[in-house]
Amino acid sequence: MSELSFPKRPYRTKGGVHVPHHKNTAHTESVEMPIPKTVTIPMSQHIGAPCTPLVKPGDIVDVGQKIAQAQAFVSAPIHASVSGKVKKIEKITMPDGSKQDAIVIESDGEQRISPDIRPPKVESLSDLLTAVRESGLVGLGGAGFPASVKLNIPSDKNVDTLIINVAECEPYITADHREVLENSWDVMSGIHTVKEFLNIHRVIIGIENNKPDAIKALSEIAYNGFDPENEIRVLPLKATYPQGAEKILIKACTGREVPEGGLPSDAGCLVMNTGSVAFIARYLKTGMPLISRRLTVDGSAIKNPQNVIVPIGTPIKDVINFVGGYKEEPKKILMGGPMMGLSLYTDELFIQKQNNAILAFGEKEARLSEPSACIRCGKCVSACPMSLMPLELSNATDRGDLESLKKLHILNCMECGCCSYSCPAKRHLVQNIRLGKQLLNKAKKEQINKGGKK
Amino acid sequence: MDQKLYVSSSPHFRSNTTTRRIMLDVIIALLPTTIASCVIFGFRALILVGVCVAGCVLMEYFARKIMKRDTTIGDLSAVVTGLLLALNLPVDINPLIALFGCLVAIVVVKQMFGGIGMNFVNPALAARIVLLVSFPSAMMRWVPAFWYQGADAVTAATPLAAEKGTFSYIDLLLGLHGGSMGEVCAAAILLGGVYLVIRKVISPIIPCVYLGTAALMSLVVGADPLYQLLSGGLLLGAIFMATDYTTSPVTNWGKVIYAVGCGVLTILLRSFSNMPEGVSFSILLMNILTPLIELLTRPRTLGFVKKGAKK
Ligand code: SF4
Ligand code: SF4
Repeated sequence: MSELSFPKRPYRTKGGVHVPHHKNTAHTESVEMPIPKTVTIPMSQHIGAPCTPLVKPGDIVDVGQKIAQAQAFVSAPIHASVSGKVKKIEKITMPDGSKQDAIVIESDGEQRISPDIRPPKVESLSDLLTAVRESGLVGLGGAGFPASVKLNIPSDKNVDTLIINVAECEPYITADHREVLENSWDVMSGIHTVKEFLNIHRVIIGIENNKPDAIKALSEIAYNGFDPENEIRVLPLKATYPQGAEKILIKACTGREVPEGGLPSDAGCLVMNTGSVAFIARYLKTGMPLISRRLTVDGSAIKNPQNVIVPIGTPIKDVINFVGGYKEEPKKILMGGPMMGLSLYTDELFIQKQNNAILAFGEKEARLSEPSACIRCGKCVSACPMSLMPLELSNATDRGDLESLKKLHILNCMECGCCSYSCPAKRHLVQNIRLGKQLLNKAKKEQINKGGKK
Repeated sequence: MDQKLYVSSSPHFRSNTTTRRIMLDVIIALLPTTIASCVIFGFRALILVGVCVAGCVLMEYFARKIMKRDTTIGDLSAVVTGLLLALNLPVDINPLIALFGCLVAIVVVKQMFGGIGMNFVNPALAARIVLLVSFPSAMMRWVPAFWYQGADAVTAATPLAAEKGTFSYIDLLLGLHGGSMGEVCAAAILLGGVYLVIRKVISPIIPCVYLGTAALMSLVVGADPLYQLLSGGLLLGAIFMATDYTTSPVTNWGKVIYAVGCGVLTILLRSFSNMPEGVSFSILLMNILTPLIELLTRPRTLGFVKKGAKK
């Protein structure tokens, strides 16, 4: 393989849109939230198999105690975020509408630390993987992919580049930005750990150029003796959405393309979120598993927008009350950013590991616009970072034309929302494309079933 | 919580461009041309614009009503069609003929195919061609500039039909010659074009490539490129007609191919057919080829690997 080089400036990526940044909370110190009265911790806060509870109602639990785990490879154990008594284990409705078991713990306010908490001994890659798995870490950027699985790179893949994602391209959200500013050393030492154990010799920290202070903070550490091998670089990226989408970030940082249907490792890359690497560094020091996280609370209906460090399982309502409550009647509440976040039907839900933001909006922002006929302006086509034809995808879905959907590479759509965002006719392109994917996947399954019977 | 929340699919933010805003921009971009034609051809020009715009809007309204569909006149696209149609007519045409043009554009070409975004040819252009075929003499009776100021209203030659040396480049730029209402004043058209590009309503690809190809082709057939660009419907066509969203390709390479096609055809028709003006036919023909061009120029999706290609 040729010598790895560091790009002077990002590689060209296609499409994308300029969404207003609204980074209102970028310059406000994060605050730690007081311990809530109860926490409700769902059994699946990650992609993969849900956990089974290890505790039963009436049990007394300590902070950091493992309360649920799963045998499956793709999964992450869950720990108590407060000390207190397990009140019940009940089915709750999750933000996406699915039903799930959740452990409800009544806090005793003491925050007694579990005696099991001690820094893990990590001397080899397999030690690191075990430790990360035990820590309960999932991708903190939103998708919630178990970190130990991500780090466990199959031996047939040659991963030579670690990309740290500080693009944070979604409007409002500043959780990663604050992490970098407040915990710069954790971020860097986490990077160092991952890089050493995985034997990766090129680390690119991608930061959108609208965060000059974050670029400075990390550069100052990286270029001042921290990295004698000279293998870490901070790369300022264009501040356009969706710069932080994995495939786009990989393209911008390395010029490589993740093949359709493939994973970052197919392009020789490992992409990690800043919060995740910083957490790994802290975990190795203290042994305290993932029981709280930083998230941005913002939006036009929020009184005092802020980054808050919240125990997992805290009711969303408590978090909002903590920042001063609503300043106008909320009409839309989002878990995540405005471009890809999930819209909630109530604020009586709970913070999960992968939530990076809670946003609440008033009537003006929340109002839905009526779609009208497509005028074939082509704006969706030029906005699509994956170079797809959103209007055609949407039309083919309407026609139920699976052949065309395949030919148009519908499964390569990452649902970033750029097409819908830019459409002057306000068409629900992403929504329709999702439907198209479901149609295609359903047809595939049916075909497999039929094939099986023969 | 008792209040109701909106629950919808992401993205939850939308840009503030709307179809209406885009159409409004096109209207604004057409204003210099419209004003210029009123100055050059007088009050009748204004009346004709009024007739065509009102005709198109009303016909759109009633056509949708009869077809039991929602009203769409609010998107202003009918105004644009009416304006473009008027600017493509000679000023002293019988308003009834103009209204017939509106009927063709809005009812036959636009609404019968499903309304905005569904027509496969440009409504205003199609109407112009239908009129050209149905009323050739009325459609080709040109009056000279400022005829209303007492100059005798004999038919004047358009620059393309006139003898060499009749009109200077300045005449062409300012529109001091006969022709369709909106075609004459090149400067006004260019101004509108610049506005559209700045407002990102159109991409500069189609006009630039169209005009560039036409200039090159003029050299090839031995005509004066600048004279060709500034005369006839070429500028109006390249900037306002060929860039019609519905009937031009949405892909960038598609736009290039489409515009090259328009340019080549225009000059070929101008030089070798007995029609004086090839712009309308060229664009119409390329309109029809648009779906095919689009199919051939689909962008390569990120990470697409050809089957069988080595990694
Ligand atoms: S952006 Fe909207 S109106 Fe424009 S081509 Fe795409 S779907 Fe049609
Ligand atoms: S949501 Fe899909 S189709 Fe739309 S812009 Fe993003 S990747 Fe392209």
